[in-house]
Amino acid sequence: MTREAKPQDLFIDPIRVVNVGLETFAHELESLEVAVIHVDWRPPAGGDPQIADLLSKLGS
Amino acid sequence: MHAVDEANQEALRRMLAADPVLIDVIPAAQAIGALKENVLLHAGPPIAWERMCGPLRGAIAGAIVFEGWAADLDEAFTSAAAGAIAFHPNHHFDAVGPMTGITTRSMPLLVVENRTFGNRAYCTINEGLGKVMRFGGNDAEVLTRLAWLRDGLAPVLAAALRAAGGIGLKSLIARGLSMGDEMHQRNVACTSLLLRELAPWLVRAGKDPDVVAQAMQFIAGNDQFFLNVAMAMGKAIMDPVRGIAGSSVVTAMSRNGTDFGIQVSGTGERWFTAPVEMPEGLYFPSFSEKDANPDMGDSTIVETIGLGGFAMAASPAVAGFVGAGSAATAAAVTKAMSEITVGENPEWTIPALDFAGVPTGIDIRLVLETGLAPTINTGIAHREPGIGQVGAGVVKAPMACFAQALSGLAQALGVA
Repeated sequence: MTREAKPQDLFIDPIRVVNVGLETFAHELESLEVAVIHVDWRPPAGGDPQIADLLSKLGS
Repeated sequence: MHAVDEANQEALRRMLAADPVLIDVIPAAQAIGALKENVLLHAGPPIAWERMCGPLRGAIAGAIVFEGWAADLDEAFTSAAAGAIAFHPNHHFDAVGPMTGITTRSMPLLVVENRTFGNRAYCTINEGLGKVMRFGGNDAEVLTRLAWLRDGLAPVLAAALRAAGGIGLKSLIARGLSMGDEMHQRNVACTSLLLRELAPWLVRAGKDPDVVAQAMQFIAGNDQFFLNVAMAMGKAIMDPVRGIAGSSVVTAMSRNGTDFGIQVSGTGERWFTAPVEMPEGLYFPSFSEKDANPDMGDSTIVETIGLGGFAMAASPAVAGFVGAGSAATAAAVTKAMSEITVGENPEWTIPALDFAGVPTGIDIRLVLETGLAPTINTGIAHREPGIGQVGAGVVKAPMACFAQALSGLAQALGVA
């Protein structure tokens, strides 16, 4: 049975972090000995809507 | 499966089916009929004299003197600037050349035949390191070496290759990968393996023991000798992949020291270009990035077939040589390149990655989707003519080339 998470638990339980995108945030947390999993992600096509549209048309 | 994916599977099939064999060495004019007087081939996409970088101009001047089209370098520079020489990319004539990539009519060319598809590709013979024409060198020492390659090495090498019936390259590359080569900035294993196969044929073919000894000594003393073989092989593998309707696989990446250009299967012979980037790397003593020329050469054909930067994990020594960092970094580069390729080559594997195949078939869609530009291992030339190599490093292909190519492919398919 799991107890319902409450906002204040964030400051009591050990923090476990999934960092998405900018890796420097993950490094900063690691330096503070906070457990972190980094996900190397960036917006598809660098966020360029025109490229994203062409990619979509070309089956990507 | 989307039509582009189907076309890319055909591109990958042709790449993996290739059977490249080093079969001969012949004069460039014999291999390429267009190489008349005052015609010169260079690396990269097309470029006019006015936009050429220092080392390319320097190498051109040297080649003009080498061919006897001018009496000295001053006359050669004047002649080239006045429009007396016709310039064309190697890639337009089934050929490739490292760095400046100069090819003129009397230079001997390595011939690689793709026996699956029957096409042939050509590349000059590697001159060695330091002050050489491919890095913009053009003095008497450079031209004397070129003359020996033409008159001393080429005839005996040609005779040996013909007598041997050619030397298969596919298995040689497989062994080289397992011995720490990535075939761009490290070729010591493949050079040694090639010489081991050539040696008995050189001895039998040579009429003068001194010439045979000089030939073997030259090959053994030049760790990069195999680079030009690998380049001709890359060209022989990729040319049958051209012109597959709808395919987004890159068939050539190349630089002329000013522009970086790519060609894509589904858009045929069209070049997509952007300003070439500066390599990041390590410099020989007394040189620094202030001396460096932006990236150049047709040698990126080896990355196009999954070697070089794409096979960095096979070659931790190269990661150090080009300043890329640790063996773990080298592995990460290869893994990243597997995110932008259609598949792997099961015959060219990397022991350090649990024998994963090298990433094969660069898909421009994946490059743009992931934002991961192809990573290239490269030599660095001095920006002034006549000096030569000053270092080695890593450079990225400019994303703008891939964005243009995507638009070009969409136009070709009528979906732009």
